[in-house]
Amino acid sequence: MTLLDIRGLTVATTFGAPIIEGIDLQIAEREILGLVGESGSGKTTLGLAALGYARPGSSVTTGSIRIGQEAILGRTARDLRRLRGRVVSYVPQDPAAAMNPARRIGDQLADRVAHRPRAERSNLIIRALQRAQLPAEPAFLARFPHQISGGQQQRALIAMAIVAEPSLVVLDEPTTGLDVVTQAALLSELNALHDQIGASLIYVTHDLAAVSTIADSVAVMYAGRIVERGQLREVLSRPRHPYTIGLMESVPDHGRPTKLRGLPGVALGVGQWPVGCPFEPRCRQAQLDCTLAMPNFETIHLDHAVRCFHWRQTPPIAVHEPLRREQLADREAILTVDRLCAVHGRGADQIVAAQYVSLTVRPGECVALVGESGSGKTTIARCIAGLHKPAAGTIVLHGQKLAALAGDRSRKQRQHLQFVFQNPYESLNPRHTVGAILSHAAAMLRNLPESTARNEAARVLDEVRLPASSVKRYPGELSGGERQRVAIARALIADPGVLICDEITSALDVSVQAAVLDLLGNLQAAHGLAMVFITHDLGVVASIADRMLVLNRGVICEQGNVSDLIVRPTDEYTKRLLEAAPRLELAATGIGSTT
Amino acid sequence: MTAPMARTTPNDARGLGRRLRLARHPAAVVGLILLAVIVTIALIGPYVAPFSPTAVADLPFATPDMHHWLGTDELGRDVLSRVLNGGQSLLGLSVLATAVAYAIGLPAGLAAGYTRSRTTNSIIMRGVDVLLSFPPPLLLLVVATGANSNIWAMVLAVGLVLAAPLTRIVRAGTLDVAQRAYVEAAVARGEHTGRILRREVLPNILSVIFADVGLRLSYAVLLIASVNFLGVGLQPPSSDWGLMIAENRQGLNLNPWMVIVPAMLVAIITVSINLVADGIARTLGTSIERAR
Repeated sequence: MTLLDIRGLTVATTFGAPIIEGIDLQIAEREILGLVGESGSGKTTLGLAALGYARPGSSVTTGSIRIGQEAILGRTARDLRRLRGRVVSYVPQDPAAAMNPARRIGDQLADRVAHRPRAERSNLIIRALQRAQLPAEPAFLARFPHQISGGQQQRALIAMAIVAEPSLVVLDEPTTGLDVVTQAALLSELNALHDQIGASLIYVTHDLAAVSTIADSVAVMYAGRIVERGQLREVLSRPRHPYTIGLMESVPDHGRPTKLRGLPGVALGVGQWPVGCPFEPRCRQAQLDCTLAMPNFETIHLDHAVRCFHWRQTPPIAVHEPLRREQLADREAILTVDRLCAVHGRGADQIVAAQYVSLTVRPGECVALVGESGSGKTTIARCIAGLHKPAAGTIVLHGQKLAALAGDRSRKQRQHLQFVFQNPYESLNPRHTVGAILSHAAAMLRNLPESTARNEAARVLDEVRLPASSVKRYPGELSGGERQRVAIARALIADPGVLICDEITSALDVSVQAAVLDLLGNLQAAHGLAMVFITHDLGVVASIADRMLVLNRGVICEQGNVSDLIVRPTDEYTKRLLEAAPRLELAATGIGSTT
Repeated sequence: MTAPMARTTPNDARGLGRRLRLARHPAAVVGLILLAVIVTIALIGPYVAPFSPTAVADLPFATPDMHHWLGTDELGRDVLSRVLNGGQSLLGLSVLATAVAYAIGLPAGLAAGYTRSRTTNSIIMRGVDVLLSFPPPLLLLVVATGANSNIWAMVLAVGLVLAAPLTRIVRAGTLDVAQRAYVEAAVARGEHTGRILRREVLPNILSVIFADVGLRLSYAVLLIASVNFLGVGLQPPSSDWGLMIAENRQGLNLNPWMVIVPAMLVAIITVSINLVADGIARTLGTSIERAR
């Protein structure tokens, strides 16, 4: 039985530019649909439209939406409010921002069942809490949102969404921003929850790996349209849209370490859509007719549909050559960290972030520091970069002991050791052009005259594959992936020997992450760079690192070659991380072995 | 947010475009016109005044007539001529006091916001607290007594009074920017503190400062006018607007224009500056959101 029936839905801005267009989507009762796409593809807009909601500045222009017997569109605001939460509900993206910080969890839950008879309410609340794996105790209900952990906040939001027993729940990126262990726990809880409540779920995400562990079917969105839709197994085992293939090849998987291939190019923004297929500029199998007209959404097998003229030519998903690593063990270490200890705070509030951490990095080698959030990996990186004063231990670069703080190191030392920050939205000064940012770093660290520095800026921009015209642009005009490339270029222009990358892909979409990792791998090979790569994602580790160190609460609990550790972890903590790491569930579909 | 308009390029964000966007706020346009009128009066007033501002032209407290459009004051001087001459000193001294406030408050706020040393921060911020705990007129009267009503000492004192809240604003902005990764990147490059403040921090708190300039300037106008009104700033026979209000109070029922006109002009200055400042703050606010 079809539960959600969307036909011909278009949501446009008040200026008339469509954000999503011509959406046809049916979801059966109890079905879990994974709605996948890059940022800006319109997936959240579609998810919200199912609640009859369009963000300020946009509105539903055409189409119809039915949930069961209820038509969603064309109702008054008052009438819609009656449906939201009871027939269809929504779990917003950022749990910390989505709850009212001034109200207790219990009160916020009670709001959602205020329409029920008083006698039922507490039973409903208790049942919702139990299903969301939260303690159903008065003490918990009396808490304020800031008094519970991030994972609990996310579960509390889910409890709020299911408490009035809706038949459809829209979850918007529920695991983005959580670390792998919490994410894995939440996904398995969602599965259990789904069995209990019998509602349909729409799981909105950019992460195909997360979808593959939970969904029954998948819809892939690109530039406001659904480009491929079908049963999960069928789509993942034989994707027919080149964009789906691109997304799948972007997902790092520690079980099958491959060279990641990112999608070339950038996703289109609203209002930039061409006449033809919007994916054509990035497509590997584009032909002339793709630029002339938009392909129809063609059903190719049962409920597998695809929006591509040339889906018959789409090759099966290829497994790219695994990474070959040269023997590096005989090279002399370029960076040595010896028994490093670091703390935060002082006196009684002191928190130990690193305890006797030692590591060596050789030229051309990538060493990954892996751990959950709070394991101390970022603090270690900051100590190496001279941004955090270690409590004890030594850091040796090129045989010279480094001063604790960057300001006390020599220019040569600072030049040799470069740092790329986690968040590209924060690491570039919004008031300087890309050209100024790059040439200033070159002038500062290499003492270059201005004209040479400008030439160098053009050279590194080319190396990170940004157009030379980028020098005149401000960071605010660039996408997240482009900004991170600029940040990498700023490190490269110093001509460094060691590059420290602090979670540099965690703020990026999977496809953009793949492109950035691909770039880093090539740069490392070309320059013989030594890299310290900080991440919580073991798939990323497998695709880029040679050796890894696993950190648990500031202590190295295991270290070794990536290829060995991923297959044969000995430490319990490493095993736990490996189990939790998301994987594209290809083994179940039998595709991994056939090609 | 999802507006389909073309992304603003930095060029128009910096030049014409910003002024055009200011034009979208009608209140700001009105303020700009009023301000232009006042500044014009202050600048060319002395050259078009029909009489000397200090010469006795008629009987005291004469009502307006053909010769003296605004009548005469307590000494029989032409009010219109005095009004036309009295703007320069008020506006000039206010701008000077505001400049003093920025010369003190900007470096103090940057230092207090950026330093990791608790002592430096405490010294600066407790100084600010002390300044803020005096009612400004009281402070100004104390300085006037000590400095024997020297006008430059008064300007300095007004600047100091205005610097205190400015220091707080700049410090708050600096605290926010100082923890951004691009500042850390500069620290890791080994940049000097002064250069980090100038290159990385200052450009990012400029919008806060721009929004504040108008407020500071209108306070300066009010304080300078009060100083002159209280008789501890400019001395007779200056034709300053604040001074005129004070001198001519006794004759208010004989020729009200000699008090009303300068009072209105002071009021119009502060209102118009505030309208313009508000418009600038709004355009900056939206352009900052777009930049993010």
